[in-house]
This record gives sequence, structure tokens and C-alpha cells, in this order.
Amino acid sequence: MVSPSTRDKLATFFTHFALIFLVLLIASPIIFALIASTQSTSTILNYPPQFLPGKAIVNNFTVAWTEYNLGRLMLNSTMIAIAVTVGKTIISIAAAMALVYFDFPFKSLIFIIILLTLLLPVPVRIVSLFDLVRQLGMADTFYAMIFPFFASATGTFLFRQHFQSIPDSLADAARVDGAGPLRFLTQVLVPMSMNTIGALAVIQFIYMWNQYLWPLIIMQSENKQVIQLGLKMLTGSGRAGVKPWGPAMAGSIIAMLPPLLIFLLLQEQFMKGFALKEEK
Amino acid sequence: MRSKYPGKILPLILLAPTLIVSVLFLYYPAGMSFRLSLFKTLFMGRKKIFNGIGNFVSLFTSPEYLGIVGKSFIFSFSVVVGGLVIGLGIALLANRKVRGARLYRTGLIWPYALSPAIAGTIWLFLFNPNTGMLTYIMEVMFGIKPDWLASGPLSMFMVIVAATWKNLGYNIIFFLAGLQNVPGEFLEAADVDGANIFQKFWHITLPLLSPTIFFLVVMNMIYSFFRTFALIDIMTQGGPAGATNIMIFNLYRDAFKYFKSGIAASQSLLLFVLVSILTLIQFKTSGRGVYYGG
Repeated sequence: MVSPSTRDKLATFFTHFALIFLVLLIASPIIFALIASTQSTSTILNYPPQFLPGKAIVNNFTVAWTEYNLGRLMLNSTMIAIAVTVGKTIISIAAAMALVYFDFPFKSLIFIIILLTLLLPVPVRIVSLFDLVRQLGMADTFYAMIFPFFASATGTFLFRQHFQSIPDSLADAARVDGAGPLRFLTQVLVPMSMNTIGALAVIQFIYMWNQYLWPLIIMQSENKQVIQLGLKMLTGSGRAGVKPWGPAMAGSIIAMLPPLLIFLLLQEQFMKGFALKEEK
Repeated sequence: MRSKYPGKILPLILLAPTLIVSVLFLYYPAGMSFRLSLFKTLFMGRKKIFNGIGNFVSLFTSPEYLGIVGKSFIFSFSVVVGGLVIGLGIALLANRKVRGARLYRTGLIWPYALSPAIAGTIWLFLFNPNTGMLTYIMEVMFGIKPDWLASGPLSMFMVIVAATWKNLGYNIIFFLAGLQNVPGEFLEAADVDGANIFQKFWHITLPLLSPTIFFLVVMNMIYSFFRTFALIDIMTQGGPAGATNIMIFNLYRDAFKYFKSGIAASQSLLLFVLVSILTLIQFKTSGRGVYYGG
């Protein structure tokens, strides 16, 4: 017979053990990629594979960064993702403000029009979007990667919901103090929306950073391409057996750092402003 | 009643950017695509002939396209079931009150930030028949050394594994959120009644989680149909012999490799019907407007 406290301790021990195992298991593809990013191509091509780090780390990262131009592509992706994240946040806050704090004709209709864009992800309109963006002369420019992504149903929806949860008395108090709508927006609403802004920034930055299909068809110049397509260049080059795996793994590591950093920094806001709050 | 600011012009100015972008880059091209779906395109897209519902008839009578739809659903079903079962299992463990729970949580959900292209690149390497570490581990553990990329079913398995792994963080995040809504008192009451851990899971946790499960089924379906293009493009290009050619990949190929924009637009419309059904069900049942970030 085992005493309850011993059983609790055993259960706790088992939980820790299982969680550590799972954390490692989930990370294992990345750990293997990290190891391979330090090995020379000849080491990688030997079978059985080596599970210890090699000495080619500097070479692999240099090849990926300069020969495959990932440095430039990282810059492009960073600019695009930041521009879209900031733009989307601003215009969806503005839209939500109008929907919550003003009265005007066809308000619900306008909200539905914004919301129904959720039914139109890029693949649904890709053929004609491609033609349109080309006719507008935006093909192969950063505008093509930025403007079509500016409207955000998710953002408008989340901010609208958040604003509705803010007590009315605040808006009234601001009005008594003589604050107009724009001052109320910048001095009351925005500071009170930091969790939602943070959550949305994570979602939008990662969403934009990970775009692949649209830049694949709309961006032709290698110098203007985004980092995800750099991975296609890395895995698409070389013959089947002798792909540049070292640089490709180095490239994957490089490409995952910015979104990962944003995610880790804003994790609490993300959980509070997006996943946890909504479930109620 | 919420008190409003007066003025009709300011709200329109505030809404204008969202509305202009929505109409110009979302509704207009979607409408043009739907129109194009009624046309047959010839000579690399230079000539268009009105074809009525002809494109849809030829899609639904083509064994090849029906096969593509079938493969898409097999892929999607596997990603949904695998992702939800594994995700729920992990979330149940991570939900236990142990020291460092937050740290574990971070360690379990961070792949959410990775892109399908990165997942594809790394798993392509791991599965590589000549050099892959996974190939070697499987050989040592099970004595098999398959050529993953040469076999249709194995390639399908490979992309399912990669796609499921990539979305695991997302599933765990929402399961953990859902588990916070399972009141501790219920479970304690069940303890008093002498329920075992499986009874508690089956009769209390699972029913209370059903909104989350439902939400995640829809989100994972949308993910597997729409967000896995990069993964397929990098890992298999739809091959071998079309074994992993799912709807979105076929649409891309018809539109931008074979320049059959009419029939490609028809396929877009089918995807639109699919995403509409999924999103509307999801909206009706939970009222959450969260697509992947569109």
C-alpha cells in the first residue's frame, strides 16, 4: 500500500518527466536542424548521420547569408512584416473605434462586410488578385506585399469586442474632461488595449512573416523576395542527393528567429489578449 | 445604451482604410475570380470563352480531380485527428499544477511561430533517404529504411507528420485555454464520488472542452486546406506521381504553371465554398471571428 503523499510525489515526478520528454520531442526536429547547421556537406552526406556538432557552422551560415542572399531577404521580410503589422493595427483600431463609439447609417452592414472578408483568404481570389496587382503596376514591388494585406477582419473584430468590454463611464468621464474622440482614442483606448494590441501584433507579424504562396507568384526579382522563398531556393538547388543541407538548415534557423523572438516577448499578451480571454 | 460621439464624417474616415482595402483587394478580385470560373481559357490565358458551369462539370467528372479532392480530405482528416489527439494529450499534462508550468507551456507551444516552409525544409532533411537523421533512427529502431520521397503513401505520411507537428503549438494553446474553463470543483466532486481518471476525463473534461474541440477542428481544417501550400511545395511538389497533390497545390499549378486561369478560378470557388461552410459553422457555434490572422 502506497501512502497518498508518496503517490502525489510519484505523480508529480512522472508529470515532470513526461513534460520534459515532450518538450524535447517537440523540439527535436529543430535540435537536429541545429546540429546539421554545424556540419559540413561531406559530413552530412555520410551515412549513418552524425549526431554531434561539426565545425562548419560559420561556413554554413555565411553561405546561406551571402551566397543565397538570405541577408537581403531577411531585411525585406522584416520591413514587410513590420509595415503590415503596424498598418493593420492602426487601421483596425480606427475601424473598431468607429463601430463602437459612433452611430451612422448601415453600421451593422459595414461590420458584416468587414467580417465576411474572413471567407476570402488569398487562395480564393489569387488568380484575379494577381491580375489586379499587375494592372495596378504593383507586381514585383513591396506594395504588392503590403497593401493587399492591410484590412484585418480579425483585428477589427478583436478590438471591437475589447472596446465593448470597456465601461461606458470611462468615455463619459473623458467627455466631461473635454476630450474629443481622437484624444479619447489615443489617451484612453490605446493604453487600455495593450494586451489586444500585443496579441494581434504576434498573430499578424507571424502571419505576414510566413507568407509564401503570394510572394512566390508576385515577386520576381530575387533581391525583393521574402525569406520563406529563400528556403525554397536552398532546398530547390543541388541534385536530390547532394542538396546544400548545411546552409539549408542554417537558413531555416535564421528564418525562424524573428517570429520566435516576437512570440516569446509577447507571449503573455498573446495568451491573455487572444486565446484565454475569448474562451469565456 | 452606450453613449456615442456625434458626427457622421469622422467614423467614415476611420473606417475608410479598412473598407477601401477590403473592396479593392478582397471583394473585387474574389468577384472577378468567380466570374472567371465560368470561362474557359485558351492559348496560355490569352483567349477566354464563356463556358457556363462547364468548368465545374469537367472538374467533378474528372477522376483525377476527384482524386485530388479525396487526397485533400485524407490529408486534412489526418492532420486534424492527429493534431487534436496529440495536442489534447499534451495539454492535459501541461495543465497539471507543477512547478515551472509556465516554462513547460512555452516549451510546448513555441513551434506556433514557425512557418510551414521552415517545417517543410527541416522535415525534408530529416526524412531524406540518404542522409536523414529520422531515416537512420527508424532504421536502428525498426530495421526499416524506406525511400520516403519515392512512395506515394509514404510521402503523404511525411507531409502529414510535418503539417501536424507545425500546428501542434496552436492546438496546445487553445486546449490549455479551454482547460481553464473546466472548474476544479467538478473534478473534486467526482473524486468524492470515487470516479477514476478516465471517467473524469470522459464525463467532465471532454464535454466541457467540446466548444474548444469544435473550434480546433474547424481551424485545423482551414489550416490543412489553405496554409500547407509551402510545406507541400518544398517537400514534394505534389509528388510522387501526384500522391500529395492537394487542392491548393493543384490550383496553384493550374493557374501559374499551366496558365489555365479559368479552371483554376473554378477551383478557387470550390475552396471558397469550403472555407465559407467551415467559417460559418464556426461563427454560428462560438461567435469567434478568428481566422489565422487574415
